[in-house]
Amino acid sequence: MTASTDVRRLRIHVLRYNPAEPEKAARIQTYELDEAEGMTLFIVLSELREKHDPSLQFDFVCRAGVCGSCGMVVNGQPGLACRTLTAELPADITLAPLPTFELIGDLSVNTGKWMREMTERLEAWVHAKQQEVDLRRHEEHMDPDLADEVYELDRCIECGCCVAACGTAHMRTDFVGAVGLNKVARFSLDPRDGRTDADMYELVGNDDGVFGCMSLLACNDLCPKELPLQSQIAYLRRRMAKQA
Amino acid sequence: MTNTLAGRLAVNASVPVQASRWPARLDLAQSISGLLLALFMWGHMLFVSSILISQDAMWTITKLFEGYFFFGRSYPGIVAVIIALVFGLFILHAGLALRKFPANYRQYALFRHHMRGMKHEDTTLWYWQVMTGFALFFLATAHLWWMLTHPGNIGPFASADRVWGDNFWILYLFLLFAVELHGGIGLYRLAVKWGVFEGDDPAASRRKLRTVKWTITAFLIVLGLATLAAYVKIGMAHEDQRGERYTPAWVEHPEEHAP
Repeated sequence: MTASTDVRRLRIHVLRYNPAEPEKAARIQTYELDEAEGMTLFIVLSELREKHDPSLQFDFVCRAGVCGSCGMVVNGQPGLACRTLTAELPADITLAPLPTFELIGDLSVNTGKWMREMTERLEAWVHAKQQEVDLRRHEEHMDPDLADEVYELDRCIECGCCVAACGTAHMRTDFVGAVGLNKVARFSLDPRDGRTDADMYELVGNDDGVFGCMSLLACNDLCPKELPLQSQIAYLRRRMAKQA
Repeated sequence: MTNTLAGRLAVNASVPVQASRWPARLDLAQSISGLLLALFMWGHMLFVSSILISQDAMWTITKLFEGYFFFGRSYPGIVAVIIALVFGLFILHAGLALRKFPANYRQYALFRHHMRGMKHEDTTLWYWQVMTGFALFFLATAHLWWMLTHPGNIGPFASADRVWGDNFWILYLFLLFAVELHGGIGLYRLAVKWGVFEGDDPAASRRKLRTVKWTITAFLIVLGLATLAAYVKIGMAHEDQRGERYTPAWVEHPEEHAP
């Protein structure tokens, strides 16, 4: 057991605002607690809510970087609370909700609403070549390497960090973001999807789509799942540019 | 899709309308015009910096562009045509790049706040690309217009007289930093935007690209400053003979070089 003087005292500054209580102005509230070994921001927030302030709002489900619920801005950069160790941060930690999404309260945002709208807009699901449903038909064979490529892009958990990190998305609210472009790239790869590049161009061949991306690449650098967003957006841009 | 122009037209006319191909064409045109301008600027820097080798070297390059070594006499009109083409490309690129500028103060403030909080290099570089691009609207236009209307006034003495005697060194000092920063960031962004030089490890390639970008930018700024200092020095020494044209000692018929 290390001496108590070695334990860091963390100061957690949280941007508090609840749209349901507009009479209370947005404010930064500071909490203090002792750092523990292997402590993540999720543990910090849980402890704060349990012992200090039950009114503190934030989202989590899986606690393992799989569900994408606990995305928030940590010292200016979007990231997942459950994947962020306090040991990697200074003693002063400022937390804010992910921008560009509808605020539910404090650190909780409605990424689901945004993602659903984006998914519907980009028709981000397999458009089967054969329209007739035949449950007895065997699924088409897919090359394992291609299946790996598709799976790699399917690892996106829709946490919203790429959108919150994107300067373009901050300025232009209709921009589909890296998450949307990644989805289109994913379905372009999928041999089960019957859509051509011309069909995909209808979805992202505009300034709200791939040609709106200014290649700032914060999406690529801050993606908690380390998806190859830089390569995928460039790949999609090349394919869509061929439609010119 | 009713959230696109094509979609809205389709709704209004009740006929399917294909999405416009112009966004793709404009994106390509912005990239190609930027690439050509950046490559031109590299060449331009090498040509003007020939003054660091010798006045004869700079004179020779000037006369090469004026067609002297092909036609036996100088035709500054050839230089004017090249400048007009570059000017046209510059205007085209500026117009296309404007599409990406913040459209109002709200967008500008949102981006700046985001950039300051994130401290993300490529995001910050974009801000500087926009700022230097904005500066180039004025700095490059002033330079290009003067060159277009005085294509024969290029040479060791003529350029030095302009730089020092006409106070162009002030313009060129700002222009140097703006163009080298803008061009360097632009070329780097072109590479990552289109996935050029990605290789097997895009992250490592990007790190290398950034290093190369900063190295080239630093080299060109140092070269540009040294070149500017050389013209200032010649201009100061040549102040009393302003208007006189340089002719190398080995040239037998200097009058043939007069524009």
